[in-house]
Amino acid sequence: MIIGKSAVAGTLESSDAQVTVEPSESGLEVEISSSVMNQYGRQIRATVMKTLERLDVHSGKVTVVDKGALDCTLKARVECAVYRSNDIKDAMSWGGAIV
Amino acid sequence: MNPNLKRLRRSMMFLNCQKPALIKDPYIYAPDSIMLDLEDAVAEREKDAARYSLFHALREIDYRGVERVVRINGLDTDLWQEDIRCSVAGGCDAIRIPKTETAEDVKRVEAAVAAAEEEFHVEKGRTLIMAALESARGVMNAYEICKSSPLLFGIALSGGDYTKDLQTSISGTGVELMGARQHMIIAARAAGVQCFDTVYTNLNDMEGFRKDVETIHTMGFDGKSIINPRQIPIVHEIYTPKPKDIIFAEKVVREIDTKKAQGIGVFTVDGKMIDIAFYDGAKRTLALAKASGVYKGDM
Repeated sequence: MIIGKSAVAGTLESSDAQVTVEPSESGLEVEISSSVMNQYGRQIRATVMKTLERLDVHSGKVTVVDKGALDCTLKARVECAVYRSNDIKDAMSWGGAIV
Repeated sequence: MNPNLKRLRRSMMFLNCQKPALIKDPYIYAPDSIMLDLEDAVAEREKDAARYSLFHALREIDYRGVERVVRINGLDTDLWQEDIRCSVAGGCDAIRIPKTETAEDVKRVEAAVAAAEEEFHVEKGRTLIMAALESARGVMNAYEICKSSPLLFGIALSGGDYTKDLQTSISGTGVELMGARQHMIIAARAAGVQCFDTVYTNLNDMEGFRKDVETIHTMGFDGKSIINPRQIPIVHEIYTPKPKDIIFAEKVVREIDTKKAQGIGVFTVDGKMIDIAFYDGAKRTLALAKASGVYKGDM
C-alpha cells in the first residue's frame, strides 16, 4: 500500500502513541521518539516496522511519538494512519493485513 | 447452547475504545463484564481508530476471564456492520445493540454476527448478543426482543435516552425509571433471559448509587451497568449472598429434599413456613454464592 496523503492517528496521552504518515518518494523513513526509548526503543521500532511490512508500505515518512503505548496500541495507530492516508474505512482485512 | 448465556454479570463496566489507557488493564478492578464502547463515547472522527484499538486489544490483551462485550454503533448508522466484523474477528464474547426497538433489530444483528463468524472462522454461536432498550417503543417491545434470538442473553435499560424519549430527565430518585424497570424485568423473566439496569452517572453520590443498586437488586435485576471502577465493589457487595442467606438456603434445599421423600409438603425452617415454592430461590442463592466465590458447598 502507498501512503496516499498525510494522515495522523492517536494522541499524546499516556499509554497512547501518535503516528503521522506522509508521502515520500525516497524510500521508507521511520522516526521514533518515546518516553521509554531507552528500555523499549528497539521493541517499538520492531513493532512499527513489522506493521508497515504487513501493510505492504515500502515508502513514505512515518513519525511515531510514543507515550508508553502497548504493542497492540502501536499497531492500531500505525494501521489507522496508513488506512486514513488512503481514505479506507470499511471492509477491512481483520485477521489478514490487520493482525 | 452457549454455556455463557447465564454467566454471572453483576457489574458491566463501560470503557471507551478510543482511549488505550482505559482498555489496557480493566481486569484489575475485577468487573464481571466490560463493555468496550464503539458508540457514544467515541468521537465521530475517531470511529475508525477505535476499531483498530478494539481489534488488537481483543486479540492481545488477556482480560483474565472478564467477559468482553462490544457496544456497536446504532443500526441507523453506516458503522454497525463493520463494527461487528471487527469485533467478531477480534474474538469478542458478545455484541451489545444500542437503541433496540424491535425483535427485527436483534435478528439483523444476529445475521451479521453469523456472517462474521463464518467469514473469520469463529465457532458458530460463540458470540452472544444483548439488547439495550433506550426508548418507550423499545421498552414496550421488551418481551418480543427478549424472545427474538437464542443468542440473546439479556436486555439492558439505557436510562439517559429513555428518559429523554419520555420527555423527562434523570431525577436521582428513580421514579422516572420505575415503569421501564418493572416492565423489563418481568419481560426478561418471562422469556428466561437476564436483565440489567442503567448507569448511575453521579460519581460524587456514592450513597445514592448504593440505594439505586439496592433497589434494582430487590427488583430482581441481574446486574448494573457501571461507568467507574469505584462502583464495582458496592455492586458486588450487594449482589453477593450474605453468610446467613447461604446457610438458610442450604437448610431449605436440604429440608425440601428430605420432606419431599417423606411426603410432607409444608414445614418450617428457622421459624419460617417453607414449601416447594422456595426451592428454586434457595438454589439460585447457592448458585449465585458459588459464582461469587463465597460458597464452596456442593448443593
